[in-house]
Amino acid sequence: MSDRIILATKKGTLILDRNNGRWTLRPIAHAGMAVSYAARDPRDGTFWACMDNAHWGPALMRSHDGGATWVDSSRVVYPKGARYIEQIIPDPKAMEEAGKPIMYKQAALMKIWALGFAGKDQPGVIHAGTLPGGLFTTRDGGGSWDLNRPLWNHESRGGDLFAGEATSKNQWGGTPAAMAYGEFVPGIHSVVVDPRDSDHFYVAISSAGVLETRDGGKSWAGRNRGMLNDYLPNPETEWGHDPHLVTLCPAQPDRLWQQNHCGVFTSEDGALSWKRVSRKDVGAHFGFPIAADGEDAKTAWVVPLRSDQERMTLGGGLFVARTSDGGASWQIFREGLPQEDCYDVIYRHALDASGDRVCFGTTTGNAYVSEDRGETWHCLGNNLPPIHSVRFA
Amino acid sequence: MPRVAFTRHLQTFFPKLKMGEEVPGATVREVIAELEKRYPGFALYVGDETGRLRRHVNVFVGEDPICDREELSDSVSPGDEVYILQALSGG
Repeated sequence: MSDRIILATKKGTLILDRNNGRWTLRPIAHAGMAVSYAARDPRDGTFWACMDNAHWGPALMRSHDGGATWVDSSRVVYPKGARYIEQIIPDPKAMEEAGKPIMYKQAALMKIWALGFAGKDQPGVIHAGTLPGGLFTTRDGGGSWDLNRPLWNHESRGGDLFAGEATSKNQWGGTPAAMAYGEFVPGIHSVVVDPRDSDHFYVAISSAGVLETRDGGKSWAGRNRGMLNDYLPNPETEWGHDPHLVTLCPAQPDRLWQQNHCGVFTSEDGALSWKRVSRKDVGAHFGFPIAADGEDAKTAWVVPLRSDQERMTLGGGLFVARTSDGGASWQIFREGLPQEDCYDVIYRHALDASGDRVCFGTTTGNAYVSEDRGETWHCLGNNLPPIHSVRFA
Repeated sequence: MPRVAFTRHLQTFFPKLKMGEEVPGATVREVIAELEKRYPGFALYVGDETGRLRRHVNVFVGEDPICDREELSDSVSPGDEVYILQALSGG
């Protein structure tokens, strides 16, 4: 169970330490600069911050002294020739453009959205999910980063556009989360490494779905069977799904959890098939984040919101939903959380669990921690910056 | 030789940057390439990997904002001041 929490916020990186039963906040790091995601590499203790600086662009910073000082990692850059097919924003006016020829665009990094640390069998290997939809990997702890070309060139994305024209239909849609960067592009927000074998990992893309590799990223296959996309003409489509976050149970890694635009889904067979387990009637359905228990495959937490145009709290109050039976039922916990006039949104990376502790942060600068598996909650701060990610460290 | 001025914000990342530093170059692109040599990583702060200026960064030559934000081909004369700054943004 971790005694440290790292928050990535719109105004920098905040670290909380638990001493003598109390959580205390350190002075902010990267003051004034937006950070999209921050986490600790459990293998060597390095802290990582994905800078999302509005002026100077996305960058990675790391700290080798527990967050006291930070230095630049090498930049994540798309290689020349890394092209993607431009997306049409799905509104009626834009759809008039749909008949136009395919337009290609040279990729440039917009945002580093998530990090995925390999296991101890691959020291120094870290994956970075980005907008506009590229996965990057470093094999030397951040000395250099390379685009994963098999995924970038995947047939679901039009094939090898380094080589020339598209050879297949692009199935990757954009994510509204990209609109702040001026384009409608896909984004990789989840990189989930199998603790048994670091060559086996998953990525989740808004909006495409989940892909799996079993050979360290040399080949990829879609893993969206059983997914349901309620807003497409064919809900059982192979592609076009909108996972908001995917995670797994570290002790039983064939159990995956997915908070999706269209509900909560789980898989018991390593993503070969998914099953929807959310319950609109109890309020556990739409939302962005999901956290899996470290040991018990059947336990997960979500922080539901009202679906899906409004994206506000259900009934004006904050609550956390937990399942302990693989999604067959959900318990709602409200104790310690405000129950009226709440307009908090919890972003996809802003919920985490560590042992009996669960923590989440909100867009309105509130952070809450539970020490009893989500049943009761304590406020960590009400006047923090908008919180982009929460990770036990 | 052109001189370079810049927002102090850049000194957060490049503490050795000197206000009014003389930098050779006949275009904005050449000036930034020289700054990259002197301060590795500088070019990716003001532009992206395609070479274009970042959306919320401005460059002025004298009193005029540059025209070519994609290739940075605006010419620079000896005696010009190249001013690099962040555009205003809210919140």
